[in-house]
Amino acid sequence: MRYTVKKLTAFLFTMVVVSLLTFIAFDLISGDPAQAMLGTEATPEKLAALREQLGLNQPLLVRYGQWLAGFFTGNLGTSYSYKLPVGQLIAPKLGLTLCLSFLAFVLTVIVSIPLGMWSARHAGGRADALFTTLNQFFMAVPPFFTGLLFTWVFSLMLGWFVHGKFPGFGQDAVGSLWYLLFPAMALALPRIAMTVRMLRSTILSEMNKDYVRTAISRGNDWGMVLRRHVLKNSLVPVVTFLAQTMAEIVAGSIVVEQVFAVPGLGRLLMASISNRDYPVVQVIVVILALWVVLAGTLADVINRRIDPRLNLGGDAQ
Amino acid sequence: MKKRIFAAALAAAMLCAVLSGCSGSSSSSAAASSASESAAPQANEITVGIAQDLDESLDPHLAVAAGTKEVMFNVFEGLMKPTSDGDLTPAIAESYTLSDDQKTYTFTLRQGVKFHNGETVTADDVVYSIQRCADATAGEPLVPAFKAIESVEKVDDQTVAITLKAPDNEFLAYLTTAILPADYDQQDTAPVGTGPFKFISRTAQDSIVLEKFDEYWGTPAQLDKVTFKIIENADSLVLSLQSGAIDLCAHLNSTQVAQLDQSQFNVLEGTMNLVQAMYLNNDVAPFDDVRVRQALSYAVDKQQIMDMIADGHGAAIGSSMYPAFGKYFVPELTDYYTQNIEKAKELLTEAGYPDGFDMTITVPSNYQPHMDTAQVLVEQLKAIGVNATIQPVEWASWLSDVYTGRQYQATVVGVDASNMTARALLERFTSTASNNFINYNDPEYDALFAQAQATADDAEQTALYKQMETRLAENAANVYIQDLADLVAMRSNLDGLNFYPIYVLDLSTVHYVQ
Repeated sequence: MRYTVKKLTAFLFTMVVVSLLTFIAFDLISGDPAQAMLGTEATPEKLAALREQLGLNQPLLVRYGQWLAGFFTGNLGTSYSYKLPVGQLIAPKLGLTLCLSFLAFVLTVIVSIPLGMWSARHAGGRADALFTTLNQFFMAVPPFFTGLLFTWVFSLMLGWFVHGKFPGFGQDAVGSLWYLLFPAMALALPRIAMTVRMLRSTILSEMNKDYVRTAISRGNDWGMVLRRHVLKNSLVPVVTFLAQTMAEIVAGSIVVEQVFAVPGLGRLLMASISNRDYPVVQVIVVILALWVVLAGTLADVINRRIDPRLNLGGDAQ
Repeated sequence: MKKRIFAAALAAAMLCAVLSGCSGSSSSSAAASSASESAAPQANEITVGIAQDLDESLDPHLAVAAGTKEVMFNVFEGLMKPTSDGDLTPAIAESYTLSDDQKTYTFTLRQGVKFHNGETVTADDVVYSIQRCADATAGEPLVPAFKAIESVEKVDDQTVAITLKAPDNEFLAYLTTAILPADYDQQDTAPVGTGPFKFISRTAQDSIVLEKFDEYWGTPAQLDKVTFKIIENADSLVLSLQSGAIDLCAHLNSTQVAQLDQSQFNVLEGTMNLVQAMYLNNDVAPFDDVRVRQALSYAVDKQQIMDMIADGHGAAIGSSMYPAFGKYFVPELTDYYTQNIEKAKELLTEAGYPDGFDMTITVPSNYQPHMDTAQVLVEQLKAIGVNATIQPVEWASWLSDVYTGRQYQATVVGVDASNMTARALLERFTSTASNNFINYNDPEYDALFAQAQATADDAEQTALYKQMETRLAENAANVYIQDLADLVAMRSNLDGLNFYPIYVLDLSTVHYVQ
């Protein structure tokens, strides 16, 4: 119970700080929604009228207070650029981005854990040297580049998917998932490389410990020891790392959605920032903050399961 | 123990097989579906890629973005309609007469023109639409030129008379303003017009769907359905053309076009119909000195810019007018300044800057051609000792700081014409114009403009507009560069696209060839 209250307070605090910072940031940069909407047809009178209509002539803190009050009473506001309720605008895009992130995350987990174990077991070998080099390489490649490369290979050369023709979940759920698999791979690749490296080094340091030697000398099988004991003890930092990954994947999807023309949250965020569409940006930022906090909490819960010692005090490191 | 390893390996292998089996089967289904698509009789529809979403409102009287007007040109029509060669043709009006005092236009409406909602266009709809745009109770009317209107009257069910306060040769060009049904209030989200295509749906940040309007009064559209797909990323736009997701895309640059397989695409070249220049803030030193502005103009080689940024595509210009406006364009002005470093240096020395000066060029960074142009300019200006730096800004910042705030030294952008009149390009440089963002102040220019507005003689007016263009060139109001090339890529089995001297994409004539 105390734990829940603590986490909830942390989230509320994060949310208020992050949304206030966003508000202030928008106030500092030049250009406002009225300006962005009127474009080159703006005249001082038209601007003043529109600002009045949008409520932009009020002081920053008043606007923020109104927004915050609206947020907690379930009124997310109306998008300036689309004249739609923000909730209605964001909901389908959020689903898409979550789906893309989830796919990327699942890919990361199912590929990196076996690979990390394999890499640790064969540390020092020639195959391992090659693997480590490759791994280093994938870690360095940014997702947008991988995205372009994947499009070129899988769409233009092999024709496995039609770039730019995302069917939409309403139309064709399987086709949509299939399409999302490619951006998910582009997103997951550097993450996989990092997780593998992380897992490999924790396993290697764990394997030098006394209990491992004891277990082996008692005649236990190497693989068994690795899976039963070493992996479990190595997982705590990895789970924490994966939680960060989960948050970073959502951030990375902002770029990858552009490259693959997926109509998700990231594209909406970019467009809303350039249109100075605060109500939309605010809600997306809060969602991202919630996501980061959630991922951290989830990692914490899982780590406590894996290593009950953590329940005795302190967070997983 | 060995056995357990074997079992684990087997399990892993099976897992892999299941996973790859899944992906394998869906890949074959994807391949099958694309195969069946190409085997099926060709659907008479196309997907057009556009680089930005439309305005928040699709109401043609409220929309401001050029990109919105470009798309909605297919949905709306006015009493008159622009043609691809720069003329006006009666649309909802069948004909009009002009009174002897040249103040009253009497329009006879075409019989049986239908709105997309099935209702017939009446004189009431026309009166409503014109009055809505002329209404000045909230300050500036929606169509500023409608300030000239004295009255709009319904004469009978088929006839509308518009009376002006004073004769105005260009008034007809403004009557391309869309005619909307009088009793309909959902133009924002579900627009209804009379054009060859009707609006079907819009998904924010994704697409806009139009379908052929079967009851169109004129030559019907040749395609049954057009989907505009929003793809902001320039690479993704080209990849979507290559992958087959989109069939047509306008406003491409030569680098993008070079990536396309020439056997699969027809690439058409038109012009963007905008005046690209390095616009100078005539109010701040050193640009308040005409010699400095002339020196900058002498320092620039337009052809080199076009060669560098667009493989030589584009049309050089020398004043605020582009060649597609044949009637008003003065070709001689294009070579008014040719690159002459000696002369430029002399002028700078006379102006008191023998060693040049430092300047900042503010450029909206989302417009790659302008960024590229600025980069070439920086190099060219070095030759006369002017040390320019580029300051890239977001579009929204550009609008507030440069365009409205006028806090800048120089900027590279393209200025377009909102309708087919010379006034649309030239009025902004009169000293009192609210959109005179370069702070150009030339009493003689203002006088010429007043004269041009006062005359009812078209030839005289044209001559006056040409004089205004010459003033701009002589005073080097800006460093004029070019009208950018507009490259349109369209699948090779498509044909029939026409270019207009304004920023529209007319899809009614586009069709498949067998």
